[in-house]
Amino acid sequence: MNLSVNIAGVTLKNPVTVASGTFGSGMEYGEFVDLNRLGAVTTKGVANVPWPGNATPRIAETCGGMMNAIGLQNPGLRVFKERDLKFLADYDTKIIVNVCGRSKEDYIDAVEQLADTNADLLEINISCPNVKEGGIAFGQNPKMAEEITAAVKKVAKQPVIMKLSPNVTDITEMARAVEAGGADAVSLINTLTGMKIDVERRTFAVANKTGGLSGPAIKPVAVRMVYQVANAIKLPIIGMGGIRTAEDALEFLMVGASAVAVGTANFVNPYATLEVIDGIAAYMGRHGIQDINELIGCVK
Amino acid sequence: MSKKEQVKALITKQECMTGEIFEMRIKAESIAAEAKAGQFVSLYCKEGGRLLPRPISICGIDKEKGELRLVYRIAGEGTREFSKMQAGDEITVTGPLGNGFMTEDLKDGMHAVLLGGGIGIPPMLELAKVLPGEKTIVLGYRDADTFLAKEFEAYGKVLIASDNGAVGVKGNVVDAMKAEGVKGDLFFACGPKPMLRGIKEYAAAQGARAQLSLEERMACGIGACLACVCKTTKVDEHSQVNNTRICKEGPVFYAEDIEL
Ligand SMILES: Cc1cc2nc3c(=O)[nH]c(=O)nc-3n(C[C@H](O)[C@H](O)[C@H](O)COP(=O)(O)OP(=O)(O)OC[C@H]3O[C@@H](n4cnc5c(N)ncnc54)[C@H](O)[C@@H]3O)c2cc1C
Ligand SMILES: Cc1cc2nc3c(=O)[nH]c(=O)nc-3n(C[C@H](O)[C@H](O)[C@H](O)COP(=O)(O)O)c2cc1C
Ligand code: FES
Repeated sequence: MNLSVNIAGVTLKNPVTVASGTFGSGMEYGEFVDLNRLGAVTTKGVANVPWPGNATPRIAETCGGMMNAIGLQNPGLRVFKERDLKFLADYDTKIIVNVCGRSKEDYIDAVEQLADTNADLLEINISCPNVKEGGIAFGQNPKMAEEITAAVKKVAKQPVIMKLSPNVTDITEMARAVEAGGADAVSLINTLTGMKIDVERRTFAVANKTGGLSGPAIKPVAVRMVYQVANAIKLPIIGMGGIRTAEDALEFLMVGASAVAVGTANFVNPYATLEVIDGIAAYMGRHGIQDINELIGCVK
Repeated sequence: MSKKEQVKALITKQECMTGEIFEMRIKAESIAAEAKAGQFVSLYCKEGGRLLPRPISICGIDKEKGELRLVYRIAGEGTREFSKMQAGDEITVTGPLGNGFMTEDLKDGMHAVLLGGGIGIPPMLELAKVLPGEKTIVLGYRDADTFLAKEFEAYGKVLIASDNGAVGVKGNVVDAMKAEGVKGDLFFACGPKPMLRGIKEYAAAQGARAQLSLEERMACGIGACLACVCKTTKVDEHSQVNNTRICKEGPVFYAEDIEL
């Protein structure tokens, strides 16, 4: 049985990675799961320099989901390379480094700093709704998305995945823009901008006022968007948004994602990634499918 | 570092202690074997719409029976759901989480002061049990519902404060310490932020160190998501900014290391 998939020339041993920001760099969840079993580890967004992130409360629970406004707190690339990338070097899994920035120069600096590292793929977050100018301007304007993609591609030594925001009128327009800019792959969806009010305290539930909604509640939106993007562009897609089970993951694969990421579900069940991998294999066994690639995009 | 696990634990006891305060005992051998005073566990709801874990402090550890004792207040729908579970039911729990109190700081002959306010009282009980030597215990309640107070008496002198003055000194634990002129070489505390601020000042005035247990909203509970940070006075080693993770580096911190 073949579970391996190809993303822009990089082979993942199975189609399951984790969603950036929900898994750190794997150190903590590594106490629960064998990281060697993952198709790839996608790390928390990192910038050229450390970012302090937002005030607390940074999260709130909503029915079937959660909102977060972490604000891309990160230790900066110098420490990230020394510590997180060294840690991951000991594992037999692919490394997808998620990069954030406030300006074109930030992104370019970060991508250049990653050139000589063991990162296998770069995921460029142009879609974080939680920081002012934290990439989202690039993620909602097709012209800027194309430009930033082209600028990053010019300096990147690894294949580039552009991470798309669902907070747009037409996601296919953004997908086409990053394809035109030279992206090697796309990932979607990032969180949906939401708001929650704490009625007892008569204030916002997260300090940032708005937060990004994630978890099972957003899955149908995510599946729909992956389907639309798969029909609009030729690039490989990493699908995410509310994946908890193998069946959830299969929905994304069937509408055209070549790989999937487990995010918020890790918080509920730290073993979720492994259960998704095993569940996909079991599904293939049950249906007599020899190669996972037969399933990718099988629902037109 | 304690080995963490997520398990389905058997509830062996569920009882209302008073008003909205409940006691739950769970059989979770692997967690109980690793647990120490000041650590917490993540409890999960059965209602599928409630995804996130509820962090609850460990109030008692029975290594022999492999049981943990948890004392919690109904604060919302999640804890209300827990209160309806019964002995014989199963509950999903991850732990032990965080680092607990630095009990090794208490050297021979030092006098410890343990302070708990409201639902910050439960973790102080296991600490009172394991801390050697003479100690003063100060507990702050809302009213006359002084849950757990009797049990503390076995471990030291107990002072009580209540917000409405129904029992003990009217006010919080700091007011009670002032009223009694409490002195100590090492302070341990868990409770609401204003109380912790008062203790930080009180201990500093005596030239004593204080260990404070903090609370924040949590998503992962293990240090991966950066939801539960608090401000630090120095740049934190892990974050490289003035933020530290309460669930991972905490929940107990030295008062001088954090901004309250
Ligand atoms: C380290 C730690 C130890 C704790 N120990 C205890 C204890 O021993 N006994 C006890 O009664 N309570 C304790 N709490 C508080 C307890 O976690 C909350 O009361 C509980 O999560 C409320 O859940 P709910 O669904 O009833 O409330 P809701 O308000 O409906 O919860 C909604 C969301 O907010 C979170 N939340 C709400 N209040 C808090 C809070 N004060 N702290 C953190 N998250 C919160 C919930 O976990 C949930 O994700 C502790 C909190 C922390 C951080
Ligand atoms: C706490 C948290 C932090 C996140 N941080 C990042 C981040 O740093 N960079 C990024 O591109 N996406 C980030 N995301 C978005 C996720 O990677 C993912 O796109 C989204 O949560 C949808 O997937 P899910 O529903 O499975 O969580 C974060 C999500 C959460 C919940
Ligand atoms: S709750 Fe995720 S880092 Fe503390």
